[in-house]
Amino acid sequence: MRVFAQQLVRPAQYVALAGYILFLGFPLLWLVSASVKSSAELNSLVVNLLPQEWHWANYSEALARQGLVSSAGNSAMVALASTALVILIALPASYVLARLKGTIRVAGVGWILVSQVFPVILVILPLFLILRTIGLTDSLVGLTLVHTTYTMPFALWMLQGYVAAIPVDLEEAGAMDGGNRLVVLRRIVFPLLAPGVVATAMFSFVSSWNEFFFALVLLQSPENYTLPITLSTFIGGEGKVALGPLAAGSVLAAIPSIVFFSIMQKKLTGGLMAGAVKG
Amino acid sequence: MPSLLPILVLSVAPLLMGVLLAFTDAELVRSPDYQFVGVDNFTRLMGSSFFWDSFRIGMTWAVSVTLLQLVAALGLAQLLNSGLRLQALTRVLALIPWAMPPVVVAIMWKMIYSPNAGPLNAFLGSLGLPDDINWLADFSTALPAVIVVGVWVGMPQTTVTLLAGLQQIPDELHEAAAIDGAGAWRRFTAVTLPSLRPIVTSITSLNFIWNFNSFSLVYVLTEGGPGGRTMLPMLFTYLEAFKNRNIGYAAAMGVVLVVVVVALLAVYLRSQLRDDRFETKKKGGLS
Repeated sequence: MRVFAQQLVRPAQYVALAGYILFLGFPLLWLVSASVKSSAELNSLVVNLLPQEWHWANYSEALARQGLVSSAGNSAMVALASTALVILIALPASYVLARLKGTIRVAGVGWILVSQVFPVILVILPLFLILRTIGLTDSLVGLTLVHTTYTMPFALWMLQGYVAAIPVDLEEAGAMDGGNRLVVLRRIVFPLLAPGVVATAMFSFVSSWNEFFFALVLLQSPENYTLPITLSTFIGGEGKVALGPLAAGSVLAAIPSIVFFSIMQKKLTGGLMAGAVKG
Repeated sequence: MPSLLPILVLSVAPLLMGVLLAFTDAELVRSPDYQFVGVDNFTRLMGSSFFWDSFRIGMTWAVSVTLLQLVAALGLAQLLNSGLRLQALTRVLALIPWAMPPVVVAIMWKMIYSPNAGPLNAFLGSLGLPDDINWLADFSTALPAVIVVGVWVGMPQTTVTLLAGLQQIPDELHEAAAIDGAGAWRRFTAVTLPSLRPIVTSITSLNFIWNFNSFSLVYVLTEGGPGGRTMLPMLFTYLEAFKNRNIGYAAAMGVVLVVVVVALLAVYLRSQLRDDRFETKKKGGLS
């Protein structure tokens, strides 16, 4: 009986695995398939996974569509600028945070955690009022500042984890060898920190690239739209959507973050949980 | 120390301002002129059935998505940890949903759920089941349908995290339990679950926060409809602030949501910690 049950385990596991693969993979496959179907086929009642004819024109149509390329440019600008700001501000702050002891460190780390619980509405309301007084609501500069504010706590969290992993002994040894503070930072700390900085920068780039809510609140004029906003306007109106180009545009929009996550998968999880257990 | 200053200005100050707004009658008008009104917004909130309806929907959404995520991810992590084929494929698949922009995910699932040309209804039709369900627009199916999408998005990250935890459990523990005659299920409840406990606690807490605060996915999928059936609290506060233009009132809603989430987490984390202590004591007593 027992042996019989054990023989059944493997096939059952494969059935379950197939179920997961179907659930996770099918929607993706469908999106890609829709991106190469003609609109006639997409609107017909005959539903097939494989297109009857491969309609690559969707991709060129998506790229030619007004707004898609220029809003991708907007997204890239905002993402690059806010990433640069985040790193510039978070790098020194995280170093201080990781090396300090006592109340300031506790307060700092506590703040990072609390800010994760804050709903986006409480973040955007004050920022919106501030940006409006200086006339930056419908502007990419304003959006960059908001993304910077929003990504900062998690970037700090990531970076201070990487700093904490560098043994203080190394710095002390550098100081003993006659290096002053700046030399020690430049020669010892920064090289060791480089992978962490790259990871944090990629994280903040992708958060900004994918971000929807703040852009929705702030941006009014279509020439300022970021990619997620432009994509969402395509499905707004009733029915009259060119699904094929929309699917093609969606596939293209997903590429940067998919590349990032495939590189970062292990590190992100490790870092997240290391922090959680320590905290 | 001065390097911490930008953090105070950019991160701490705005959030505190947001909390302060909750005690004012601020509105979204050209010339902002507002005063402190004490707890007026909060007393008004207590009587607002729309807000509490939305709150209830938010809890249903966040609890269902978090629990389903955990169960589904635990199953998948176990499978990925048991030396099956197709591992590489599954790992890639378990990564992509996590990486995709929420707007793209929503667009994709709208196509899946599409009443006429969608694959889901076509599949049901081929089985002889009703094939004309308008998943996202029907009062009874809209919330479950968006919950499924929420699970799809969040499950991968939970899986990767739990898998890392599973791989840390020493094989000897399982072997020892097997020698003692424990079956697969017994080994799961007596060895796997207790070892995973700290990781499960932290990932469910994080998932709950993220899910409760989520906006984009459901906004693009349903805009809170039909008839408010998927009106998550973040959608509700967004509409209150930027459509009804009541900023102070919306901030008060935000504050209430923070307080409730923090209180729930505190209760949950506390019970987990207490159980941990109990477990350690038990173990100590046995040895």
